[in-house]
Amino acid sequence: MEWETVIGLEVHAQLKTRSKIFSVSPTAYGAAPNTQANVVDAAFPGVLPVLNAEVVRMAARFGLAIGATVHKRSVFARKNYFYPDLPKGYQISQYEHPIVERGRLVITTPAGEKTIGITRAHLEEDAGKSLHEDMDGFTGIDLNRAGTPLLEIVSEPDMRSAAEAVAYLKTLHTLVRYLDICDGNMQEGSFRCDANVSVRPLGEARFGTRAELKNINSFRFVERAIDYEVRRQIALLSSGGQVRQETRLYDSARDETRSMRSKEEANDYRYFPDPDLPSLVLTEAFLAEVRDAMPELPDAKRARFSAQYGLSAYDAGVLTASRELAQYYEDVLAAAGGEPKLAANWVTGELAARLNEDGLDIVDSRVKAPALAGLLRRIADGTVSGKAAKDVFEAMWAGEGDADAVIAARGLRQISDDSAIEEVVRQVIAANPKQLAQYRAGEEKVFTFFVGQTMKASRGKANPAKVNEILKRLLAP
Amino acid sequence: MTLTITKIAEDLAAGRCSSRELVDDALARIKTHAALNAFITLDEDAARRDAQAADRARRAGGAGILAGVPIAHKDIFCTAGVKTTCASRMLAEFVPPYDATVVRKMKAAGCVMVGKTNMDEFAMGSSNETSHFGPVRNPWDHKRVPGGSSGGSAAAVAARLVPAATGTDTGGSIRQPAALCGITGLKPSYGRVSRYGLIAFASSLDQAGPMAATAEDCAHLLAAMAGFDERDATSLDAPVPDYAAELGKDLKGLRIGVVAEHFAKGVEPKVAEVVREALREYERQGARLVDVSLPNSAHAVPCYYVLAPAEASSNLARYDGVRYGYRAPEYQDLEDMYKKTRSQGFGSEVKRRIMVGTYALSAGYYDAYYVKALKLRRLIADDFARAFEQCDILAGPVSPSTAFALGAKNTDPVSMYLNDIFTIPVNLAGLPALSLPAGFADGLPVGLQLIGRYLDEACLLNAAHRFQQATDWHARVPAGI
Repeated sequence: MEWETVIGLEVHAQLKTRSKIFSVSPTAYGAAPNTQANVVDAAFPGVLPVLNAEVVRMAARFGLAIGATVHKRSVFARKNYFYPDLPKGYQISQYEHPIVERGRLVITTPAGEKTIGITRAHLEEDAGKSLHEDMDGFTGIDLNRAGTPLLEIVSEPDMRSAAEAVAYLKTLHTLVRYLDICDGNMQEGSFRCDANVSVRPLGEARFGTRAELKNINSFRFVERAIDYEVRRQIALLSSGGQVRQETRLYDSARDETRSMRSKEEANDYRYFPDPDLPSLVLTEAFLAEVRDAMPELPDAKRARFSAQYGLSAYDAGVLTASRELAQYYEDVLAAAGGEPKLAANWVTGELAARLNEDGLDIVDSRVKAPALAGLLRRIADGTVSGKAAKDVFEAMWAGEGDADAVIAARGLRQISDDSAIEEVVRQVIAANPKQLAQYRAGEEKVFTFFVGQTMKASRGKANPAKVNEILKRLLAP
Repeated sequence: MTLTITKIAEDLAAGRCSSRELVDDALARIKTHAALNAFITLDEDAARRDAQAADRARRAGGAGILAGVPIAHKDIFCTAGVKTTCASRMLAEFVPPYDATVVRKMKAAGCVMVGKTNMDEFAMGSSNETSHFGPVRNPWDHKRVPGGSSGGSAAAVAARLVPAATGTDTGGSIRQPAALCGITGLKPSYGRVSRYGLIAFASSLDQAGPMAATAEDCAHLLAAMAGFDERDATSLDAPVPDYAAELGKDLKGLRIGVVAEHFAKGVEPKVAEVVREALREYERQGARLVDVSLPNSAHAVPCYYVLAPAEASSNLARYDGVRYGYRAPEYQDLEDMYKKTRSQGFGSEVKRRIMVGTYALSAGYYDAYYVKALKLRRLIADDFARAFEQCDILAGPVSPSTAFALGAKNTDPVSMYLNDIFTIPVNLAGLPALSLPAGFADGLPVGLQLIGRYLDEACLLNAAHRFQQATDWHARVPAGI
């Protein structure tokens, strides 16, 4: 039998605010336990939540970016359950009335573009963490994360393969960073994903019973966990078994999913509107303000890069993969005064390779945009050859100064003076009579030998275009 | 002897007494009347120190009317460094690291806190018998209850241990004990006073307010307590009137709505008669009585006993033994720790309400109970809105009876709950209401309830003040006081 996979994703994006969603405590990652939790976060008797206006702005920005309805009125509800790292005994979330509903995201797969529906996105607070190491048999509680703002983004079950799920996640990941609402750091848990996975016989209209996969915190694990789970469900169904509705945990070390709790064991969360928080009411003016401040989105930027700079779809895609990279590219163009293709080649080539090698982010590049532009200007005006430029770049990366300084210090200025090149070419021809004879006998591939010899003799500084031109003239019988 | 804040302020200003003397006197009286069990915690050293500071500040000039006045806070308000128990074993040793906004504001106004008053556990009760620290006794008859849940505050003011105290009112917890103890108590409009630092019982109903001998004193206290608080999203961002300055307007033409349902069966005839006589006094002052009806008020008690426990079941989830408060000494695992901690830490009435509330919010029951109760709440509020088209304030008894005997109702929750039949609808509608002494029935105080339009505390305070200028019920004190 042929099977079809059905996937829906729930993403928790940590919103990039300085303070928590309902308290003034800072949200910075990695502080000593409980140093970023105040009486509100620790749910002391008598404390009350007060909504951070910035999270509302961010949720609205997201809603508008995915073409969703941003509700003028939404409601915070309490999700009640007991757990030691949940200080109030309930999580403040949005349930019946989320702030964002009915959006969509277009993803690109090898098969083409596909639109994935986004059911809803709602605001909620994160819980704390339980600590089991170095606790002498006890469990410790760290409330630094308690109250960190999250936007939970729930997709429709529109994805049909792990690859589509990953494409959706990556598109969403790019979007939230473009919107500057989430740092997207998956290691630190700023962008977390749960996957609802089911299979059904191809052609069947009804959905199969789904399992919810948790703890899949990298793009690679998402793909692996879904693939494992699909295989498990197909094997189960093929052998006459049934899929149980349950929550399963992905174990990346063993590359498998394991049952965590069944539907029967699930909590009755007793949701009800939080009486401490009035309904969240947005005005038209507020939404207009958010709309006006909307940054250019990835799709629009990609299209503009293609059209405005004449870039290939591939280059435009790479350069707009993050807002920072696109910004860097445009900063280079601005400083270089043009040369969009040359700049694209350098940013996606040398620079990307060097960043990757050193594990650096574009914002931490050792060669800033104006400096790279300085080098590109020297390539464009013929001061350095493309080959020498790579050496200049390496020197710049090593901190030896700007392009002009490196070129001067290392004597890499390209020789474009015809008579000087002609002098070198004459010497090369004179030194290689055998090859000259071969060339004149019609072995044209010997030409590259002469180019190489000439470049070598000029220590790479001869302008290759001129070398070609002069060689052709002087080699001619 | 009725020592009002107004009188104390005059004496202090004239140098006839010092704040230190007042505080020493209050502490001595609290000890003399220890049998009332009105206090859970005294903060003697700090009170004396603060009183001396208030005296020094007064000499430096610029002191407000509340500067140096001894007061008590209900033990539901968090006080930095001073035990705040909510009359529960769960918080019997809990010392908050911060002051409730009400506490902070009253401190800023110069009030000197002498201690924390007894109450029903987590404010759940109408007789002060659910306190982990034992019941409070009614100063008018020690065999009777003072009402609840702010019973300690009411008894302390009635016995003139302190001139004023704070209370909280979720379904009548300021007004009913004020009535049963013969003092004046005001429940402000929902949102008028910050709830920050007030240990939550039912968040959509809880409201803090003043309890004192007179409406004039309540006016001064409310002005100090009220106002927007950025720490409470449900507090109202509206200016606070100078309530005391608005006292004294005559009542000619004031339309007083007499609620038919508040004089129906179940009200002790002698209580009804005292209230009617009070209404005649209003007529003598030129007010006009208008018959009004609140047809849905019969549903108020069941509606309240779904909503308040539902909110409470969630609000009290934080008492889990993990971070502060009581934790069972022995347990097997996490779940056992939760169960034992909460079984041992909460009293039976609190547990009853947590169970009821949890049930009402459960899947499959939510619509039948919680959602339906919310609809009723709207109908009840609409009743008030209609009544206020015909009148300016509403009047009736606070409670169907006078103070009942200790132990008389604490085995029958429903009969206990019916004590609040006239006060509960007001909380459901978020309106302000005031209880003032209207007379006596068989030697026990009877309270008159005045209910106002949203945010119209000034009208209630003025109406009560005018009544108190023509009567002396508020000045009567129990024998031996």
